[in-house]
Order: sequence, then structure tokens, then C-alpha cells
Amino acid sequence: MISVFQQHWQELLTGLGNTILCSVIALFFSLVIGSTFAIFEVLPSKFLRIIGRIYIEVFRNIPLLVIGMFFYVVVPQYVLPMDGFTAGTIGLTLYTSSFIAETVRAGIQAVDSGQMEGARANGLSFMQAMWHIVLPQAFKYVIPPLGNQFINLVKNSSVLAFVAGFDLMYQGDMIASATFDTFNTYIAVGVLYLIITLPLSYYMRYLEKKLA
Amino acid sequence: MKRLRKLLLALSIFILGGLLCACSSSKSQSTWSEDKADNTITWGVKADTRLFGLMDVKTGQIKGFDIDVAKAVTKKILGPNGKAKFVQVTSKTRIPLLKNGNIDAIIATMTITPDREKIVDFSKVYFAAGQSLLVKKGSNIKSVKDLNKTGTTVLAVKGSTSAVNIKKSAPKAKILELEDYAQAFTALKSGQGQALTTDNGILFGIASENPGYQVVGGTFTNEPYGIAVNQGQTELKNKINKALAEMRKDGTYQKLLQKWFGNVAGFNLKEASQQ
Repeated sequence: MISVFQQHWQELLTGLGNTILCSVIALFFSLVIGSTFAIFEVLPSKFLRIIGRIYIEVFRNIPLLVIGMFFYVVVPQYVLPMDGFTAGTIGLTLYTSSFIAETVRAGIQAVDSGQMEGARANGLSFMQAMWHIVLPQAFKYVIPPLGNQFINLVKNSSVLAFVAGFDLMYQGDMIASATFDTFNTYIAVGVLYLIITLPLSYYMRYLEKKLA
Repeated sequence: MKRLRKLLLALSIFILGGLLCACSSSKSQSTWSEDKADNTITWGVKADTRLFGLMDVKTGQIKGFDIDVAKAVTKKILGPNGKAKFVQVTSKTRIPLLKNGNIDAIIATMTITPDREKIVDFSKVYFAAGQSLLVKKGSNIKSVKDLNKTGTTVLAVKGSTSAVNIKKSAPKAKILELEDYAQAFTALKSGQGQALTTDNGILFGIASENPGYQVVGGTFTNEPYGIAVNQGQTELKNKINKALAEMRKDGTYQKLLQKWFGNVAGFNLKEASQQ
């Protein structure tokens, strides 16, 4: 396994970089989009609630690979051209955001309804109350499940390998097929994924302890 | 700090485990004697490659030139009652599957290369292919020389020799490698690249089903296909070689070649049957 690192560190490093880049972009946007749709789901407006429901159910119930391939081969043909990295990252963002939306919604609903009522009674608008009173408490509740989603996101970024996105898994495939040393290559790739996900999971646990 | 130490420990156990497993010895049984005992040869074949090995979705059977050759070789080796079992492989999975014993032999559009000969044993050539290009009709790419420009993207399949060859003959082109030919062709259709490259036989198979696309530039490499067996399985290899020679002699081989490639426009049968 050491020899795989020695001979192919450049490819592996590129892969690691792309995996991290994709994960960071997808994490940011899926958190933003997911939280938005979570708020949609608890809004008084029935129309927006239905929009939120449809979005979540569509992207939560289609396999990630299908969403990724859709953006890689269908969208460029009819809408606008995009490369594998972009397509995979968009797919991953949409897919993860639906799960994050469900998680955050559960958090919002776990906050006592008296909090919202109290804030509104004190003259805050719905959005102000949501932003300053409800969401901070909601996020505290959902840190453990959110951490799960983040780790899943990093692992799911391997979908890039199927759309030629030059991520860690793609580079692993390249090295394995060039050296025929599948065993050691995939072990090396696994170790590199661990290097990303283990600190992440420890950080989430730390946050959980600190904020709880 | 304590937590960090635990983390490092977990990591090092994982790495150590990998190293230990890698050192375990591989088994050295005779594939041939096993095959003779259960009267079956398990072949690794492609299921996404028209003309060579393509899954017929209606019947669930794989059909193609590779399949027919495998069946004929099985009959020659094991007698008329010999059974040929087929396992789907891709360019990426075929060598690992052969190495770990899931399949006995590979007949999956596999080029004989010096690198591969270091880890598997090849039979004699059963099909002489050459690498070529598939492009959209009316494309300004006419030969491999046109690819050697920055901004050109070439599509290939993971684990094939095609990507390596393109890196040599058109170093400026960007190469994207996809899982299989079906996916690579879909990517070509959706404009992810300007050309799809692999062996001519495979490309003609795709072009025959998709009139908007054509094979251009002739062949720019020699890709002799061989049947691969695991290293050290000399007995099985010799049996396969003998069967192939017999097939060429009694005309079975030529019949199969005619059956699959006789109607393909622009395909040179004589070139393909070279030994």
C-alpha cells in the first residue's frame, strides 16, 4: 500500500483535492438549500409547504447516481454544457439538501412552539423569530444527525467517479487499472477517505458536546 | 490530545491490516482440473459491447463474437457436452475477477500487452483489432492528429488500452474515462467529448446502431485480442490455443467472423483474422 502512495501520490492528491472541494461546495449549498426548504415546510403558506414537500420527496427518493448521470448526460444535451465535476457536485448538493431539509425540519419542530409564539408576541416578524429564536435552537438539536449527513456527503462524493469528475475514487480506478494492483489501491483510497471523514466526525462530536 | 492519539491508532490498525492481507499468498490450484471435474468453463465476457458481447434484454442472454468463440472453444476442449458459463465483466473488473478466481478465462475484447502479460497469460491472437475514433457525422476530427489540440476532449473506457494510446499519440488532448462503452457513448452524445476512442470492432458495433455517428481515421494501433487465463494455468492455456488452431483449420472461426462482421460496412475481415 505504501508503494501505491509513493508512485501515485500526485494522482491521489489531485483526487483528494477534488473530493474535498466537491464536498465543501456541496456541504455549503446543501446546508443553505436544505434549511430553506425546511423553513418552507413549516411556513403558514400552504403553497410553499407543498413546494417544499415536492422538492424533498423528489430528490430524497431518487438514487444519487441517477441524479448525477442526469446532470452529466441529459442536461448538457438539452440545457447547458457542464463537465463531470460540476454535474456530480450539483447532483450531490440536491440529493444531500433533501436529507438536510428533513433533518432541519425535525429540529424546528422539536423547538417548543411557545418560543415562536413568544417571539411573535414581542413584535418580531415570522422570519425574524425564525432566524433569531427558533433556528439557533433547532440546529443545536440536530447536530448529531447533521454530522451523519455530512459524513454521508463526503462518501457519496464518490459518485464523481462515474461522471469522470477526477475525484479520489476516479483516480483510484485509474491507478488500479494501470497497475492491476486493485487490492492495495482501494485500501489506499479507503485510507484517504478516512483522513477526510474521521476528523469531520470527531469535530461534529466535539460540537455536540460543546453546544449541548 | 488523547483523542488524536486514538485516531492515529485507528488509522494505523487499518493500514497494518491492509499490509498484512496484501502479503498473504495466492492459491495455486489448477483451473483446468477443476473445469474438467465439473465439465464447465466460466468465461468473463463483456455485456455492453455490440458485436462482441451484448446483453439481449429480451432473453437475458449475452450474444456476440466473443461469446460464440468461447462456446466453440469450450466444445473443443470439453467435448460436445461441455458447458460454458458466462460472467459479465468490464475492462475495469476483468483482471481482478480472473485473479481472485471468479472466472477461469477472459474473452472480453482484451488486447495482449506486455504490461498485462506480466500478470496474466494470453492465448494466441483470436481477433486482430486496431484503435480508431468514433465521431458525430460532420465533425472536423478526421484522424488522431486532429485530436492533438488543447481543448479537445476524448472519451475512453476505464481500464482499457485506448486511453494510454491516446496519451501517446495526442498528448495535448484531455481524456475522460467512463465505466463502460454504453456510458462513454452517451457522454459523446451529450457533448462531453468530441470523439470516442477504442478498438475499431467495438466502434463499428456502436456506429451500426447509431446512424448519426461514424468511424474515422482508420486504425492507428494494433490491438491483438487474446484469451487470458491466470498466470501459471499453462494447461488451460495450451488447450485453448489448440482449440483456436483447430477452429481456424476447420472453418468454424471464419464462419463466426463472417456471422458477426460480414455485414459491417467498412470492416476488413482479412485484417481481423490475422494471427
